[in-house]
Amino acid sequence: MAKKFMYINRKAPYGTVYALESLEVVLIGAAFDQDVSLAFIGDGVYQLTKGQNTKAIGQKNFSPVYMALGDYDVNKIYVEKESLEERGLSLEDLQHLVWEDEDNDYEEKDSIRLVSRAELTDVLDEQEVILSF
Amino acid sequence: MALLHTVNKSPFESNTFDACLGLAKSGSTVLLIEDGVYAATTGNSVADKIKNAAGINFCVLGPDLQARGVEEKLAEGIKVVDYEGFVDLVAEHDAVQAWL
Amino acid sequence: MAIEANGKTFETDEEGYLANLNEWEPEVATAMALAEDCPLTDEHWDIINFLREYYEEYQIAPAVRVLTKAVGKKLGKDKGNSKYLYELFPYGPGKQACKYAGLPKPTGCV
Repeated sequence: MAKKFMYINRKAPYGTVYALESLEVVLIGAAFDQDVSLAFIGDGVYQLTKGQNTKAIGQKNFSPVYMALGDYDVNKIYVEKESLEERGLSLEDLQHLVWEDEDNDYEEKDSIRLVSRAELTDVLDEQEVILSF
Repeated sequence: MALLHTVNKSPFESNTFDACLGLAKSGSTVLLIEDGVYAATTGNSVADKIKNAAGINFCVLGPDLQARGVEEKLAEGIKVVDYEGFVDLVAEHDAVQAWL
Repeated sequence: MAIEANGKTFETDEEGYLANLNEWEPEVATAMALAEDCPLTDEHWDIINFLREYYEEYQIAPAVRVLTKAVGKKLGKDKGNSKYLYELFPYGPGKQACKYAGLPKPTGCV
């Protein structure tokens, strides 16, 4: 039976390897047909910023991979509102992540759910497996 | 005698930036690199710290800013340097303190 | 390991995947396929080209399930099923087609 999996992302990309490792695990885990959610809190919200260009630092730009998550049926992406605000960011500064509803003529639907800390507390409380990055 | 300080940690996740500001003398330079570049962005809860640090020259490493997609959020009065500029800063100062 | 194509030598890893993804040329795919006794038809090329476009956009080699779904959307439901893809690429559409397309092995593919 499918379990509720939550991946918690708290680190900025590139400075440490956590963000990339988390993505790899999410993609591998997606093959096992579980009920997957991702949460981006703290500096983790920086993983989703638009316009990342890593050419000059010589690392792979893995921000396009987030755009593919919808294809992997990973479409519950919780972004904590307070974390965005503390960093002077809004949804406009993040990539527009969508998934296609195959049963509804491939209609594009938003994957990102902007939630307050209090709302995220409840989402977290429902999970069966939690992985922290 | 002027020091070059470098900070490579996010100001939101560690007190490295605060530790640096606490011991950086007027006339010294603080270069923000890696995850430290987020301290150079505007409209957030740490922006006042740079404004209030009178007499300190703030620089940020452009490649790290671009990688993180926050180039457009750069606060006023912070100089963007590339890797060559980083080397020049090291050469111009008497010593380097890398805050980790 | 290495493979000869178009009068040049291309370095590969121990499983035959191209070492430097930027070096890919169509002739590499043809040579790899010939070595595995799987001559490429237009139908094979549809998938190979699709994979290259997907990698260009998302920077990952899609899992088989994702490939199947996406092919169904782009090339029609009759092609977006694993039976069709396995007929084209009997060693596994993920592994074999990604190899010919010059992509890394799909994430989660062991």
